[in-house]
This record gives sequence, structure tokens and C-alpha cells, in this order.
Amino acid sequence: MCLGIPGQIVAITDEARLMAMAQVSGVRREVNVACVAEGPLEGLIGQWALIHVGFAMSLIDEDEAAKTLETLRDLGEAQETLEQMAAGDAALAGE
Amino acid sequence: MKFASEFRDPKAAKGLLAEIARVAGQIGATREKPVHIMEICGGHTHSIFRYGLDKLIHEGVEFIHGPGCPVCVLPRARVDECIQIAEKPGVIFTTFGDAMRVPGTKKSLLQAKADGADIRMVYSPLDALELARRNPTREVVFFGLGFETTTPSTALAIQQAAREGLTNFSVFCNHITVPEPIKALLDDPHMCLDGFIGPGHVSMVIGIHPYDFIARDYGKPLVVAGFEPTDLLQSVLMVLTQVAEGRAEIENQYARVVPEHGNKVSLAAIADVYERRPSFEWRGLGEIDASGLRIRPHYAAFDAEEKFGVGYAGMRTEVEEVEGCACGAVMTGRMKPVQCPQFGKGCTPEMPLGALMVSSEGACAAYWQYGGARAAAE
Ligand code: SF4
Repeated sequence: MCLGIPGQIVAITDEARLMAMAQVSGVRREVNVACVAEGPLEGLIGQWALIHVGFAMSLIDEDEAAKTLETLRDLGEAQETLEQMAAGDAALAGE
Repeated sequence: MKFASEFRDPKAAKGLLAEIARVAGQIGATREKPVHIMEICGGHTHSIFRYGLDKLIHEGVEFIHGPGCPVCVLPRARVDECIQIAEKPGVIFTTFGDAMRVPGTKKSLLQAKADGADIRMVYSPLDALELARRNPTREVVFFGLGFETTTPSTALAIQQAAREGLTNFSVFCNHITVPEPIKALLDDPHMCLDGFIGPGHVSMVIGIHPYDFIARDYGKPLVVAGFEPTDLLQSVLMVLTQVAEGRAEIENQYARVVPEHGNKVSLAAIADVYERRPSFEWRGLGEIDASGLRIRPHYAAFDAEEKFGVGYAGMRTEVEEVEGCACGAVMTGRMKPVQCPQFGKGCTPEMPLGALMVSSEGACAAYWQYGGARAAAE
């Protein structure tokens, strides 16, 4: 729960609410980009960020993203995070 | 080096281990008289066990596993209060999955859900916010839990709820801070720590200066670290080097992610939404001054404690820790998990008695997962 997971920002979904679509380990998830938004949001597209409980917390480079993801996989945290994202979707569906 | 193949950079790890051995020897650290280094963050604890760093490292270096897992330090009384809120009619209680199995006095959230309470696991406070939008007749409560890494997310969610004028969303705030329990540990006369590995992702939010007092007032080094194995080894080496040179400074090994002054937007959101509580209870450690946050009065409409009159806003019940449970001693480094009389007997990950067994970041669960068999054989 305390570790962020790297994700690549692929689109801006809601300019006013500072929301963007991120690709996290093959899964798409809407995230808030308030903490990394300096300048126009379009500039974030293609960038990598550490994503923590649905918020992009820090921009990182691609190399760092790959290494972090490897370690998270080793720790089992990557899988756990993806399961939590799925649980979040299930909760919205009323489960 | 048995685990070397698991490192992506075994050569670097080997070099660091040799360098650590050299400096440890220079200090005169031995198995009998080790240097005690506390890793504060539960993510680091998990990483140390996963890669077997505690076994690979020079025997004169001993890791003490600190209180940096928010699930592990959650007192039973707070779990009870969650359930009290969750069982109110009309409430949808949302939580991170990690908290589901933490034992309260009578039950965990998981058991309360089985008993019929509408408790849902979510990934983000934003999921809870969306639930509130979709269920205007229900009261959606989010269980805000975590250190400074997580605090901005609930702060931003509350600000968003306020902008939208949502009236059915609130947060049960259990956010805690890292520097204050370190101060409490350093003030403990039984304390035997020589230095700290500082949390990476917490520091990404708060920067490195909130730790200044550790070097300045207590003369202990702290190195903010990433959680890859070579990050951790390098950070241990940096701590040892400071000890060897008689220095005490706050250093940043994880500068590629941790800016010196933290994240401006996060800090502003935290300051807008939260204020310090006079004190907050930690499982195993007791009440610690100024270590918890509460929602400021101008956001009281989003404060579940105020809304439901529970917790610090209502009648707090003192709850004794379970008998024979040594969580406090383990968390302060006075005892190893295997020395707890309940370890592997009354307390296992399947049937946790103490919270250190619940989360993969808890020292007892990590010991069990990676060293349980090893420890039992020793
Ligand atoms: S084994 Fe269980 S009861 Fe003992 S310290 Fe660990 S979590 Fe607490």
C-alpha cells in the first residue's frame, strides 16, 4: 500500500479535474495528476510517473520506471496493486 | 553469495557488500556488538527479507524493523471504530484492502463484511468519491490510512468533494506522520539505534528536511533510500560511513525520486485540509505527541469522526493489547519476531493476532514469509 507503481500517462481525460489515463503494467487506470502538473497537461502525455493510490506523485524516467516495476514484481507488490485496482472497479460496480 | 542470481546487478551488490564489510570492520562492529540500523519503512522491511539482505550483509550490521507500516500500527480501538461506522444504516464503508484483516477487539473489517456491513475494498480515495457521486442517498465513508505518501490523496479527494458540494462523502482520518515516532523512539531510554534508513516514498512528499532534528538534536545519521536491493545496500554503506567518520547528517540516496523540499502541491493540499492532533495512539507504541492528523474545522462536513461522533470526537474506549503479543517490543527493536511467544503459534498470516502479521510490510509477516521455515529450523 505504501509503495507507488510506475505508469505511463497516455491521455488527458478531464482537464478541469486534472485527471489522466495511465497505463500501469498493461492495465489502464484513470489517475489524478495534480501533484505533477506544471504547465499544460498535454505535456504529461508519454511521461512516466510513480502512481500511488490513484495519484501520480512524481515524474520518473523510463529506465527508473522499468527498474522499479521489476522490484515491485519481485516483492509481489505489482500484482497486489493490480488486484486492488480491480477491487476498486468491483466496488464501483456494487460489490 | 547464495541469492546473488536474484539481483539484477549482482556485481554491484557484491561490491557494496564488500565495502560494507570493510567499513563495519573499521568501526569494530561484530555479531556481539553490532551497529543497529533501523529501516523505518515497511516497504524496506519487505525488500530486506525478499532479497535476504539481513543474511548477506556483514554480521556486524543488524537491521531493526521500524514502525513504518500504517496497517501494523493501527490500534485495535481504531478498527473497532471503523466497524462502528460501517455498521450504521446507509453507510458504504470503503477501505484499502490491506486494512481488511487487521484484528479489532471483536472482529476485523472482513468479518464485519461477512456479518452484513457494506464494506468495499477500493484502490483509491477517488473510487470512494465516485461511489458517493453514484449513490447520493448513501453515506460513503473512506478509511483514510497511511503516512505522508497517502495523506495527499485523501486531502485532494476532500478538496474535490468540497468543490463539487458533495454532502455524502467523508473520511475517517487515521493519517500519521513519520518524524514524530522516530523522535519517540530516540527519546526512549532503552533505545540502541545507531542510524536510520529513511523512507523513500514518504520523503518524495515531505522532502528530507523534516528529519533534520535526528542529526542535529540526537547526533544520528539518516539516509533516505530507494527500495531496490542495491539502493538499500548503498544506503547502509552511507550510514556506516557517517558512523565511521563521526558524522551525523541527513543524506539522500534516492535523489532521482526524492526532491530536497518534497512535492509542493501535495504539501499545500495537506496543509489546507489537515492539522495535527495533540496526540495519536499507535499500536504497540502508545500515544505519541503530534503524530496524527485530523481534518481542519472548515472541512468538518467531510470528517467522519465529527459526522458520526466516534473516535477522538466521541467517547474513546481504552483497549488493552492482546495478552502475550509482543508487537510493541518487536517494533522498537527490543525483540525479534521469532522471540514472540505467539509467533507461528497463536499468530500466523492466516490467523493474525497482532497487526505485524497482517501486512506483507509487517516484520512478523515478512519473517514468516521468507524466514519462517528457516527460523523454525534454527
Ligand atoms: S508474532 Fe504476532 S503477536 Fe507476536 S509480535 Fe508478531 S504480530 Fe505481534
